[in-house]
Amino acid sequence: MQTEYQEMWRDLGLDLEAHAMLLDSLGAGYREVFSSQANRPRETAYLDFVMSEVHGLRIKELLEAKKAGRKVIGAFCVFVPEEIVLAADAILVGLCTGADFGLELVESTLPRTTCALIKSAFGFKLSRVCPYLEAADMVVGENTCDGKKKSYEILGGLVDNLYVMDLPQQKSALGRQLLAGEYRRFLTAVEKLSGVEITAGRLRRGIEIVNRKRRALERLSRLRAADPAPISGLDALLINQVAFYDDPERFTAAIEKLGDELEERIQKKISPFPAGTPRILVSGCPMAVPNWKLPRLVEQAGAVIVGEESCVGERGWRNLTGNDGETVEELLAAIVDRYYKIDCAIFTPNPEREEHIIELADRLQVNGIIHYSLQFCQPYTIESRPLKSRLSRLSGFREKGISLLNIETDYSMEDSGQLQTRIEAFIEMIDRR
Amino acid sequence: MLTIGIDIGSITTKIAVMDKNKLLFTDVIFTGYNAEKAWREILDKTLTRLSLKPAEADRLVATGYGRSCVDIADKKITEIMCHAAGARFFLPKTRGIIDIGGQDSKFISLREDGNVGDFVMNDKCSAGTGRFLEVMARALELDLDDFGKISLTAKNPAKISSMCTVFAESEVISLISKGEARENIIAGIHESIANRVISMMGRSATPESLVLTGGVAKNIGIKKALEKNLNHKIEVPDTAQVNGAIGAALLGQKLIS
Repeated sequence: MQTEYQEMWRDLGLDLEAHAMLLDSLGAGYREVFSSQANRPRETAYLDFVMSEVHGLRIKELLEAKKAGRKVIGAFCVFVPEEIVLAADAILVGLCTGADFGLELVESTLPRTTCALIKSAFGFKLSRVCPYLEAADMVVGENTCDGKKKSYEILGGLVDNLYVMDLPQQKSALGRQLLAGEYRRFLTAVEKLSGVEITAGRLRRGIEIVNRKRRALERLSRLRAADPAPISGLDALLINQVAFYDDPERFTAAIEKLGDELEERIQKKISPFPAGTPRILVSGCPMAVPNWKLPRLVEQAGAVIVGEESCVGERGWRNLTGNDGETVEELLAAIVDRYYKIDCAIFTPNPEREEHIIELADRLQVNGIIHYSLQFCQPYTIESRPLKSRLSRLSGFREKGISLLNIETDYSMEDSGQLQTRIEAFIEMIDRR
Repeated sequence: MLTIGIDIGSITTKIAVMDKNKLLFTDVIFTGYNAEKAWREILDKTLTRLSLKPAEADRLVATGYGRSCVDIADKKITEIMCHAAGARFFLPKTRGIIDIGGQDSKFISLREDGNVGDFVMNDKCSAGTGRFLEVMARALELDLDDFGKISLTAKNPAKISSMCTVFAESEVISLISKGEARENIIAGIHESIANRVISMMGRSATPESLVLTGGVAKNIGIKKALEKNLNHKIEVPDTAQVNGAIGAALLGQKLIS
């Protein structure tokens, strides 16, 4: 891979030396975390392939699509509607935000007390190591938390194609109106960028492609909830991560095939874990590639993660978009309806998220919940406290002994020993009951 | 039924030997840079002292941050479970444990049945730990063992506002240069650790029968500062420093039954 794509990476303006370092550590990390797992489903070969070509073949595809006149749009958030992008025959990709890179450069640009996800996005840009960002014709920044919206002001000076999307902070009539206005504006901007007029037919086709992807992920969520779990939480997380990179139709086909295999494994009770393994729901901040730190510690400590209440997980794909509208306006309204339900912690108040966590914990029959927040992420760290006290008072949870462990961390490995102790103690605690 | 518990902490390594419910022996050595060397050394020493052959110990349980390197352990259990077991051995009705070790501090709450109900630990930071005290002792050119006694003579504890070990050290140095009495400085350091631990414990009600364990429990000043700020009595076992090792040995007894 190194030699084959050198020229492509050079043409994209990547720093070849830094990029080679990144790929080396990504490859080594992947082998250590994923290939070492016992009894993986054979269809995870798809994941191995996608990950081995994540900066190679996939980028080549994007560049070929660009040559054929299609546009590439990069985004940092699940509030950017892929339906609209696909309707314009453009491609939506998630941008790299899952690893520390070029921290010295980042910390001379942003305050040190910025969350690891934002720092990562800047690290990839300042070090010139993200081919997705460099290949993008438009980079969408969205006004979610204060950290992101203020740092986009600085990112705007580093890239020449930043499009900032405003988002509501309250679920109210006015908030919904704001979202509708922003999606209308985004549709127009995508039309202008791509030169494609978005018709009702095109928009409906976009909605159908994205809905199929969501259905495949929803099926995966149902299947992995079996006891014993037919797939590790790490592999299931990776599927949710790959959903942001790969071609949506190819991804859907691969995950449907994997789903068939999981059905077979459930029947035969084949699992990477022994029967009776404690079951964990992870809830909180998104985990982008290659952020596998917490799930790795959890599964190494002898538990299995059966769900992610996260943007890279349930929060990202749940709820389908209605596709029975006749006009662009009607379909756009259905898109607004769907995205308006996202229970991101930027909303105040945000009771839907608590209800969803409780519903998930019950449906997935978990023994414990780990609340994961990135250090300095105010929305999620603040929500973690009332959540914990609510759960401890909730009847049903108390009797079943479902506890919540709060973890606040970043992408560095310096606290992994401490986290390991906490996670092991948490598992010892819920396992004894 | 002989069981051995070894607790490998960041600063010291502890051992406890139990015969059923009877505590036979405990010892403490410095961990140094090589955790594996430390546990082998303390184990050899203990077996020699008790004239035991390794095979005569029925179970060995390892705990503490260095537990993973004890390859001969029958089981590795986190210090949270071990401190809970050790504290209940000392005070069966205990419902809460404050453990302050070399690199972390934790609060463990126990349910009525004695099982761990919840726990919190400090984040990646040495504020409010034994390491914090060591740094301060160095700045004050005092022996850490004298800290507790000296602090009890303080009339006006100094205010140490920084929670960060590095910044608090410069605060202490500036207090020294201002001529602040050292007993007041030390008492201020103890107050700051106590407040750190109390804020970590959160707003939940302080349980009856609270136990303080870990090496820092040897410091009477910390106990007093915690009692004052919590407005609650705290028990400190004589075996506070080896409490985790005792708990590990006790959990070893459970492995047999």
